[in-house]
Amino acid sequence: MRLGLVIDLDVCVGCHACAIACKQWNASGTTAPLTDYQPYGAEPSGVWFNRIRHFEVDEYPNNKTINFPMSCMHCEDAACVTVCPTGASYKRAEDGIVLVDQDKCMGCNYCSWACPYGARELDRESGTMKKCTLCVDRIYDMTLDIEDRQPACVLTCPAHARMFGDLDDPNSAVSKTVREREGYQLMPELGYNPTNHYLPPRKAPPIPTENLGKPGFKERLKNFTNKIVKR
Amino acid sequence: MHPAFSVIFFTVSSGAGFGLFALLYLADALKLGGGLSHDQVFVAGIIALVLIIGGLLSSVAHLANPKNAWRAFSRWRTSWLSREGVFSVAFFPFAFAYVGLAFLDIAGLEGLRLTVGAIATLLAWITVFSTSMIYACLKTIRQWNTPLVPANYLALGHFTGALILMLVAGRGATELTPYFYLVLTFLVAAAVLKALYYFWIGSPVAGSTINTATGFTRAQVKLFDAGHTHGTFLTQEFGFQVARRFALALRVFVFVAGFVIPLAWLVSAGSAVGLAAGVALTAIAVLGILAERWLFFAEARHVVNLYHGAQRC
Repeated sequence: MRLGLVIDLDVCVGCHACAIACKQWNASGTTAPLTDYQPYGAEPSGVWFNRIRHFEVDEYPNNKTINFPMSCMHCEDAACVTVCPTGASYKRAEDGIVLVDQDKCMGCNYCSWACPYGARELDRESGTMKKCTLCVDRIYDMTLDIEDRQPACVLTCPAHARMFGDLDDPNSAVSKTVREREGYQLMPELGYNPTNHYLPPRKAPPIPTENLGKPGFKERLKNFTNKIVKR
Repeated sequence: MHPAFSVIFFTVSSGAGFGLFALLYLADALKLGGGLSHDQVFVAGIIALVLIIGGLLSSVAHLANPKNAWRAFSRWRTSWLSREGVFSVAFFPFAFAYVGLAFLDIAGLEGLRLTVGAIATLLAWITVFSTSMIYACLKTIRQWNTPLVPANYLALGHFTGALILMLVAGRGATELTPYFYLVLTFLVAAAVLKALYYFWIGSPVAGSTINTATGFTRAQVKLFDAGHTHGTFLTQEFGFQVARRFALALRVFVFVAGFVIPLAWLVSAGSAVGLAAGVALTAIAVLGILAERWLFFAEARHVVNLYHGAQRC
């Protein structure tokens, strides 16, 4: 099993709800707390597992805003685990989730240096590295309804831009979506083989602005008025 | 990368200590310049051990949760940081035995002394190599991911070590000329390798860009908003940027203080450098190497900056 997320950049509206839901769930989860520094001060900062960036692709008039949520990619070849000197960082054999054992971490920051995706953040308060757990304390919770056994970010997304599933199984919903929508991995040239995939924006036909056919009555009236009234 | 003083001091100090130890052993075993007295071996050995231990203690100051530092010896099969810890600790018993036997000066144990010294020297080289591989193995930082990094670390450690060794060798009846040429050799090697390094990281290479980071490879990509109001751990750790002109000025300082002044001084004074002058010379060179190490961190650009607006790293 290779659990991970599939993020649809076509429908993500950039509302940051996934980041908020993540913070809410994980602030009391297995790696809690997610310390905030000066939350109401002049320089608010803190530990987050999920961050959303916003990019502009291409130039006007072909430009497009892309909202870009990023959390741990739970890489197949996770260099953060390889470089960890204490064994605090580990990748679970059964489902591929990458976790940090808070009791073993010595806070050397080395794993964050090895991670190209910025998925790991040091908690200055506890002195340990923290990262996305893929809500491991939620997805296996048998007391929850089956539809609730998903990461908090996936459940909360109002645009349904996030999907959770097994990317090892070629017939899972996420694998099928990745195949159909040509989902891709970030920075494939580094060879980390991230589990999370991103779905590119669909190719939408451009909205025509010229030669729109015969104008209607309203348009003709407007043109007529514009002709006789001097402004 | 944020240049953390604890790590800068650690790599410079233990690099010099390990370099000094390795050269001390070679000079001792090969009887360089008629050989060093046991007192000189003892003094140089103690200086090397102080530099190494001081550096290692400083590296622990870099940790946010040092109570778990002992666990760092456990993952030597995969992690260069763990290997560095394991090899540096393995070095100590042999190094202490070597220096201790030089102090005790027992004629019958000379063979043993040279044997443990050889093992300690080998471990010293492996430790410096492991230290440099901590940086060189990271694919996320192209300025570090080059074989020139271990070459630089080894050359600079041996250069500063050779300077200190010449100071100690000058306090006795030893013929100084070979030590003088030892310093010159490592000075030139370190300067050439450092120049190669600066040339190498300056030339643009095919690497990660904002396009491969976002997957939009067919058009120009710009960051609109990083999504946070103030800095994050990522901007604090990786966002550090050194001004181009300041970096250039510092590179000049590295070469002038680290290599040119020592070279000019040594060539003009020959091997007859007095103790005070020698200490001053070493201090200037070490200042240059400290600046070099600061730049090594400050000029490293982590690919996560691509998600914070950088077009390429």
